Amino acid sequence: MSEKPTSVISVAILGIVSCVLYWLLYQYNDAILNIAQEVRNGDKTLFLVPILIAFVFSYVHGAFTGRFWDVLGFKAAQKK
Amino acid sequence: MEMINFIDLTWTNITALFLVGIVGGMVSGFIGSGGAFVLTPAMMSFGVPGIVAVASNMAHKFPKALVASIKRHKFGQVDVKLGLVMGFFAEAGVLVGKNFMTDIRDSFGNVGTDLYVSAVFVVVLAIVGGFVLRDAIRSRKSDTGEEKEHEAGKLAKWVQSINIPGTMVYFPSIKAKVSVLFIIPLGFATGLLAASIAVGGFIGVPAMIYVLGVPAIMATATELVVAFVMGMGGSMLYAWDGFVDIRLAMIILAGSLFGVQVGAIGTTYVKEHTVKMVMGMIMIIVLLSRLIKLPVYLDQMNWIAPLSANMTSMLDTSSFVTLILALVAGAVIILGSLFKGMAEHKRRHAVFVEKGVTD
Repeated sequence: MSEKPTSVISVAILGIVSCVLYWLLYQYNDAILNIAQEVRNGDKTLFLVPILIAFVFSYVHGAFTGRFWDVLGFKAAQKK
Repeated sequence: MEMINFIDLTWTNITALFLVGIVGGMVSGFIGSGGAFVLTPAMMSFGVPGIVAVASNMAHKFPKALVASIKRHKFGQVDVKLGLVMGFFAEAGVLVGKNFMTDIRDSFGNVGTDLYVSAVFVVVLAIVGGFVLRDAIRSRKSDTGEEKEHEAGKLAKWVQSINIPGTMVYFPSIKAKVSVLFIIPLGFATGLLAASIAVGGFIGVPAMIYVLGVPAIMATATELVVAFVMGMGGSMLYAWDGFVDIRLAMIILAGSLFGVQVGAIGTTYVKEHTVKMVMGMIMIIVLLSRLIKLPVYLDQMNWIAPLSANMTSMLDTSSFVTLILALVAGAVIILGSLFKGMAEHKRRHAVFVEKGVTD
């Protein structure tokens, strides 16, 4: 059974979403630093924010980078 | 208490971290150790305190490990059951290791964690790197060019022969039952090391290969499951104390997710001894990088006679250059193996198609 070819459009959409996420990360740099400082000062309310950011970024950026190489023709060897 | 200052996000820092992330990810996908063994020292070279470098690397590593393990699961290289069992016991090691790290910071400040992380790197890399490199050279010499069936070593055969009723679990990667009692210390040690230097794979991968008898390619893939499980737990523990610099972690992730896919694809084109050779070689070069830096930390803690400013600067630069050498060497070997393997694969495929047409 052959694999479904990767759509260039889906890669482009994921790439744009990934870029937007990184732009937001840069824009909210100070807010993120404040959260870390508050957690260190004893307010643990938002301590999971970094973990949530890690999951969202890895899901979107991971999907983008995986398909990115497929589109460029980098594929695993098919071993029997 | 000494303040923790996260680094400024200048464009120079962002670009450098992104590039370091690409190569670190490539190495990570190839040898399955998470790549943090080059990324933790790299972050420290950027002035990030040891405890923040470890915490942030764990946070960047666990989602990446999830992505890479799913990818390699598709290649049939992951023993999910073994990964989850080892990951479970690794969590206990992570808890102990993280508490030890925070105790060091409370007692000696940030430089204490710098010294601790570097010293652990030197010791572990010397032991594991030397062992892996020796094994890679031996298996390369005995390589006849044909794909050989994986064979467990003496220790692994002994471990597989021990039957402790009520503790035996079947693992598909070794096609045998092994007592969980052997996996508990391996998992614990893997987690302990992960919480200390953000790299558990240095214990996890060799342990699976030499103690349990898992084929190298499957061990590196299964380690990704372990890295995900313990990395998520460790990240939450460090996040609870506010040591995770998620901005730093995500910039590294941006590059490393590009690299990890290339590394994972690369494993399907190479022989086992190539994976071991790359692993051993990079370990030794990173060891040198950390070893060069040790006197600087000892000086900062006033544990040795003061170093001159020139000497400190020279050691800093030498350590950084050696680290870059490890990254470049890793990237060149992996990309070289990948392109060579792809070209060979295409050539074979073309011959196969041509034969099919003429027949």
